Amino acid sequence: MKKEFTRGIVAGIPIGLGYLSVSFGFGIMAAGAGLSVFEAFMISLTNLTSAGQAQGVSIIAAGGTLLEMALVQLIINIRYALMAISLSQKLDKSFTLPKRIIAAYGITDEIFAVCSTVKGTLKPYFMYGVTIISALGWVTGTFLGAAAGEILPSSVTAALGLVLYGMFLAIIVPPARKEKSILIVVLTAAALSCVCKYLVPSLSGGFAVIMCALVASAVGALFFPREEGEDE
Amino acid sequence: MSIWIYIAVMAVVTYLIRVLPFAFFRKKIESKFIKSFLFYVPYAVLSAMTIPAIFYSTGNIITAVAGTAVALVLAYFDLPLIVVALAASGAAFICGLFIPM
Repeated sequence: MKKEFTRGIVAGIPIGLGYLSVSFGFGIMAAGAGLSVFEAFMISLTNLTSAGQAQGVSIIAAGGTLLEMALVQLIINIRYALMAISLSQKLDKSFTLPKRIIAAYGITDEIFAVCSTVKGTLKPYFMYGVTIISALGWVTGTFLGAAAGEILPSSVTAALGLVLYGMFLAIIVPPARKEKSILIVVLTAAALSCVCKYLVPSLSGGFAVIMCALVASAVGALFFPREEGEDE
Repeated sequence: MSIWIYIAVMAVVTYLIRVLPFAFFRKKIESKFIKSFLFYVPYAVLSAMTIPAIFYSTGNIITAVAGTAVALVLAYFDLPLIVVALAASGAAFICGLFIPM
């Protein structure tokens, strides 16, 4: 249990660092929209998501309705439901209902990525570890950004923008190198994502990611169905 | 309207999206297509999120490409996540030192 927790913390360090830099930007943005440091901090603590929070702050700043807020969050974050279902298939037997209710808080793109690619089943304390270190980075970055955004030199904050993406590459490249099917899914998703970005720029980023991922995964499932036991 | 009501709505909607399927979806999926589909989802999500966004992540496409190249090479050789992530960022930083702002 303790070992799982420690493994989770270690696995989550790149996420925590990446979140620190990304949420720093969110903190600056929230302060700029007129929110207090404490309000920005609380948004990050209770939401733990990037695109949804950024959009949420702009709705608050514009004085939008609560219905708009709820719908926007639903649309931007609906991908987490897909990820939750995907994760539910590999949960360990020790993942009881109360533990699921706690751990659900931590379903983000990055935590999902790390948890869904662990070997074997997913254990609760591993997920707790990944979540805690990630959330720590997320709220700390928000706090620092909201309180003191202008202090760090821009050369440092700019380079930090790459941390999360570097981690994503580190997750997808090794399996793509070993399996042609994963490589094809990865390349399909990347190509579609470029199409969305450059040919359909009006499509929101979160929505584009969902569409690209759905199509690329369906292509993979259609042409390269997994054999039983292949994914253990 | 109080900011706290907005924050509460954001938090509750976002948490419900996560917790409902995670806590109550208990079925083992039998369909080979859906199982395969779910297997590919994380790779597809990460790839779509990374490309082309990574090239804009530093505000300068040259430093971003340098960082991306370093990340790809180190990831290809299966180095740990943290090493790849920090080396990519470090490469972009160093590259940025040579680019006049």
